[in-house]
Amino acid sequence: MSERAMTSNQTKILAVLAALVAVAIVVPNTNSFLILLATRALAFSILVMSLDILLGYTGLASLGQAAYLGVGAYLTAILATKYQFGLGYDFWLVLLFGIMVGGALAAVFGLLAIRASGVYFLMITLALGQCVWGLAYRWNSLTGGDNGINLRQRPKFGAIDLSNEVAFFFLVFVIFCISLGLMYTLVRSPFGRSLAGIRERELRMKILGYNTWLHKYIAFIIAGAFGGLSGVLWAHTAGIVSPINIELTNSVDALLMAVLGGAGTLVGGVIGSFIVFGLREYLSTLVPWWQYVLGIIYVLTILFLPTGLMGIPERIRQRRARNGNAGKPKQLAPAATS
Amino acid sequence: MSMQFWVVQAFNGLSYGALLFLLGSGLSLIFGVMRIVNLSHGSYFLLGGYVALSVIWTTGSWVLAIPVAALAIAFIGLLMERIFLRPLGFDPLRQVLLTVGFAFLFQQAALDIWSGNNFDITPPAALTRSVEAGGMYFPLYRAFMIATALVIGLGLWLAMEKTRIGAAVRATVDDAQMARGVGIDTSRISMFIFALGAFLAALGGVIGGGFLGVYPGLDFEILPLAFAVVIIGGMGSLGGAAIGALMVGLADNFGKALFPEVSYFTLYAPMALILAIKPTGLFGRE
Repeated sequence: MSERAMTSNQTKILAVLAALVAVAIVVPNTNSFLILLATRALAFSILVMSLDILLGYTGLASLGQAAYLGVGAYLTAILATKYQFGLGYDFWLVLLFGIMVGGALAAVFGLLAIRASGVYFLMITLALGQCVWGLAYRWNSLTGGDNGINLRQRPKFGAIDLSNEVAFFFLVFVIFCISLGLMYTLVRSPFGRSLAGIRERELRMKILGYNTWLHKYIAFIIAGAFGGLSGVLWAHTAGIVSPINIELTNSVDALLMAVLGGAGTLVGGVIGSFIVFGLREYLSTLVPWWQYVLGIIYVLTILFLPTGLMGIPERIRQRRARNGNAGKPKQLAPAATS
Repeated sequence: MSMQFWVVQAFNGLSYGALLFLLGSGLSLIFGVMRIVNLSHGSYFLLGGYVALSVIWTTGSWVLAIPVAALAIAFIGLLMERIFLRPLGFDPLRQVLLTVGFAFLFQQAALDIWSGNNFDITPPAALTRSVEAGGMYFPLYRAFMIATALVIGLGLWLAMEKTRIGAAVRATVDDAQMARGVGIDTSRISMFIFALGAFLAALGGVIGGGFLGVYPGLDFEILPLAFAVVIIGGMGSLGGAAIGALMVGLADNFGKALFPEVSYFTLYAPMALILAIKPTGLFGRE
């Protein structure tokens, strides 16, 4: 059985790699609208994956994840417009600062939030997210208030000008791939395994001697750091940073994307992100009632596909196994791990 | 700062708190009874305002608009609870997400039916005047908001404390399993409370429409404030919701007047702190 699990896992990795190669080949050859759309979806999906570390692997549903994207994005925008910093090779420093500021914010917020669980965790992350939103909305002198901050230019690396859509797409794409690889390594590591143990049964992990608080706290900080990273990319993708990026609806979007694709799968969140951005920005140009489609997809997913789109193959397999075994002695289907 | 400033701001804060009480009390009861974090509560508020507008446009009666809107939204809430939330069972995350899905659907429906324009609900002329007292002018409408909240709050309190169904609701909040054990139909209580919560939110939406306006996006703008009320006061407690609403209303007004740059921060940071230290809220039932 373990051998079978191994091969199925390798197939999954190959499928993801193939999809990434396909995206890298197809997207640059489409029009600028689709390139920007894909860039947005990729930048945002780093946030969705960071949320999935909490939601899918640790069992903590956060309603304030957009705050980390927000601080990363505001940092980028403020440095770029007020100090002309991060528009050349120093962009890499901004990327690092974004990760640090996201992680630092999570380190502070985590002290308050990690003790809570279930519904209370939802509520406290909502409150913390609103704190950041409130500052962005009201602190005019720093954040530009309601209007936000416009970034007039993207970084230039010597001859490479990122205001070129394709060049910028590849930058986001590469950073996305690295993030995906890092997060995948994280959730497969012993640390990630312990997180899954906490998700399944925290008390047992405590009895086994794990410091579950510390595990959750570290996961929270890592998620915040990736959130900050996605914010840096988002600022240059959108060209504007405003309180809308931190609004409750944005956090909720991230959560829905993760659930739509399938929580606890990382790539599920990416799929969810592409579907939602696709519907929102493409379907909305075609029909006025696009939001019904989105709303109905959400409602149907939650009602009928609790494991998300990534859970569909497994459900089909189970159904087939059940039908195939009708009449035969009952056989245990291989349990779905991770 | 003159005396006048403090009196006027306190009055404004009080009236805003009255509105938040209408919104927050229902949310608090829903959470207390069902443990549902209802993210479509802001939508009920907004839809209440829109339905009231339609009633006013067709009949011209503001007085009629209030009960019609509140009952219509209560019915929507009831359907949502029966058809979608109840079968889901107890799963906080799925419940939350489901209510968000509905919030998006309501948002689109409101946009289709009532367009994206900003509207105001104009109350009868008798309520639009101001009363002068001690050299200060107090809009009568704000006094009306306070009075409505007082009446509703008192009615709710009497219903909860003095009636049989109120006792059943309190029992369900305290321990749903035990309540079922002694023969209380907690499923029916949930249905009733969810509809009541929607009713109160819509009522708030109609009354708030004369003061905040009715416009797309109001739903998610007001929702976090409702949660602040519920959390500061304590989930599932009516008295807590009243005190929470008062505190949020006053904090919001004085915050915006005294230190505008951090005004929302001073609202939500205490909310987070209270949650971290005492998750049941300042006045929540243990």
